[in-house]
Amino acid sequence: MPTNVVMPQLGESIVEGTIVRWNKNVGDRVDRDEPLFEVSTDKVDAEIPSPVGGVVTEVRVEVGETVEVDSIVAVIGTEDEQYATNPENSDPPSSLQNTVTGENENLASSENRTSVFSPLVRKLAEEHGVNLSAVTGTGRGGRVTKTDVLHHAEARAQQLVTGNPLPGSRTEPLSRMRQSIAEHMVLSRRTSAHVHTVFDVDFTAIDIFRRRYRENYAKEGAKLTYLSFIARSVVLAIEAVPMINAQLANNGTEIIYPPSVNLGIAVATEEDAVGHDDGGLIVPVIKDASNKNILELSRSIEDLGTRARDKRLVADDVQHGTFTITNPGVCGSIFGLPIIHQPQVAILCVGAIEMRPVVVDDDGTIKARVRSYLTLGFDHRLIDGAIADRFMAKVKSNLEQFDGKSL
Amino acid sequence: MPSRLLEVRRLGVLPFREAESLQQKLVIERQQGRVPDLLLMLEHPRVITLGVSANRGNVLASEKTLLEQGIKVHQTRRGGDVTYHGPGQLIGYPILSLKPDRCDLHRYVRDLEEVLIRTVNDFGVTAMRIPGLTGVWVGEQKLAAVGVRVSRWVTSHGFAINITTDLDDFSLIRPCGISDKGVTALVELTDDDVSLVRVADSLARHFSDVFNFQVTSSS
Repeated sequence: MPTNVVMPQLGESIVEGTIVRWNKNVGDRVDRDEPLFEVSTDKVDAEIPSPVGGVVTEVRVEVGETVEVDSIVAVIGTEDEQYATNPENSDPPSSLQNTVTGENENLASSENRTSVFSPLVRKLAEEHGVNLSAVTGTGRGGRVTKTDVLHHAEARAQQLVTGNPLPGSRTEPLSRMRQSIAEHMVLSRRTSAHVHTVFDVDFTAIDIFRRRYRENYAKEGAKLTYLSFIARSVVLAIEAVPMINAQLANNGTEIIYPPSVNLGIAVATEEDAVGHDDGGLIVPVIKDASNKNILELSRSIEDLGTRARDKRLVADDVQHGTFTITNPGVCGSIFGLPIIHQPQVAILCVGAIEMRPVVVDDDGTIKARVRSYLTLGFDHRLIDGAIADRFMAKVKSNLEQFDGKSL
Repeated sequence: MPSRLLEVRRLGVLPFREAESLQQKLVIERQQGRVPDLLLMLEHPRVITLGVSANRGNVLASEKTLLEQGIKVHQTRRGGDVTYHGPGQLIGYPILSLKPDRCDLHRYVRDLEEVLIRTVNDFGVTAMRIPGLTGVWVGEQKLAAVGVRVSRWVTSHGFAINITTDLDDFSLIRPCGISDKGVTALVELTDDDVSLVRVADSLARHFSDVFNFQVTSSS
């Protein structure tokens, strides 16, 4: 039975609250007492725990909206309610039915439920070809909501994609981490207008510096990797082209410029030996990366990478990223076309850094140089190619003209 | 009414991020009932912090100036807009469980203001509230700022009162996003000796009065 979550009364004289953050989205599981959202009122920011455990089936108030105390801000259902698509289960429990139809219990038959479908729900159902009588309602009094229709359509589409498994196949549940990665990837593809631009970057100067000073840095406890130099070049390039570090909010009607560069570094983590838990990709974040030099960046990258692989990251380590670097080059890929980490607007992909023959002179002289392809994936809703390329040109020149001081 | 126990901890100078993680840890311990209600008192090195509803435009100094002066800008999860912390400013971070009888956020904020008003009164300064502008004011000038976070009714963050703060540093920001009012410090308003230690003593006393606490220990 779905539970309505209301804007709590946070004080006698407090009549309304502004939601400043949702800790959970529609479809997320939430435990009882787990922080669900944050409310801001008169210099106080309050974390509101979920009144029940279940799955968030509806979020009715967007971040930034102010609503009166006791208004419904979200609905939490049980997992069965959210995903049930079996028509036999579609009748809401009778107690709810009574609420819908009031005193006249004779009307509480399923054909009459059409009378409670909102125009929006009916329109959506038509668009997606959903038979509403087959949808389980999770709204007030068992009403079918917009989310119910969309979930139903999605579940059905899923059925079409997967079809029936081949006889003899093995079926396993997806780990929670894998599920959330899957969801995020599809969401990002749907949200951003992905475009990619590829730059060929010479790392010879960096390579020389690295060889020369690797041991000095090692004494300071830092591993001098190419990634540290790339991170620093990115931070400096963002200072020149801040839009790369921005975010789109409110359905793409507002642009947000974060106060600092928080650099996400994608890390592949191993699948657990026991069970099938937690293997996958995680993006820990170097906070305030613009205030860090190469040495500090190296340390942060190493620290976050180690803790990610050891599964010792805390929630704060993976939040508030403003730009992401992914490095499939270490696996041999020469360049990639990465998916943006929402709500960011750009992501840098580092290809294999390797010796290549390069024409270095007008007369056609060919030399062996250390090179790599860097790809920027960017959201064309906000960023035009010229801006993306200006940023990339900056990253390239920062790296190629590195002289030990400039970064 | 029986009074509850309050532990006052004086932490000296502590960088903002360190104080923040300490608070996060203590909030969890308070939620689990492993520590009593606490009042942390400390000073921060120069730093600018942004509240949840902060407008980055209220940081007036350029990135370059901030970088040159070594002043970092931190996003925090307290309520409120932008503020500045630095030497000569007394910071109070109460980690209190407001349950069961103090579950009223406005009352909590008004109580913090009351503590600050009574404290400066000990030094012969009459401060007041301005309706709609949380904080403590002397005339049109802000003496203390308040910004609070509450998780499961356990408080963190708190207040910052300027004692001997270098007021020039406030030109780096538009405090709390309010442009038509100024800032002041206790030292500007009284001829009394206003060392941070004396103010902290007085503050701890008024804090336990207003919140009906019995102070258990001081370190």
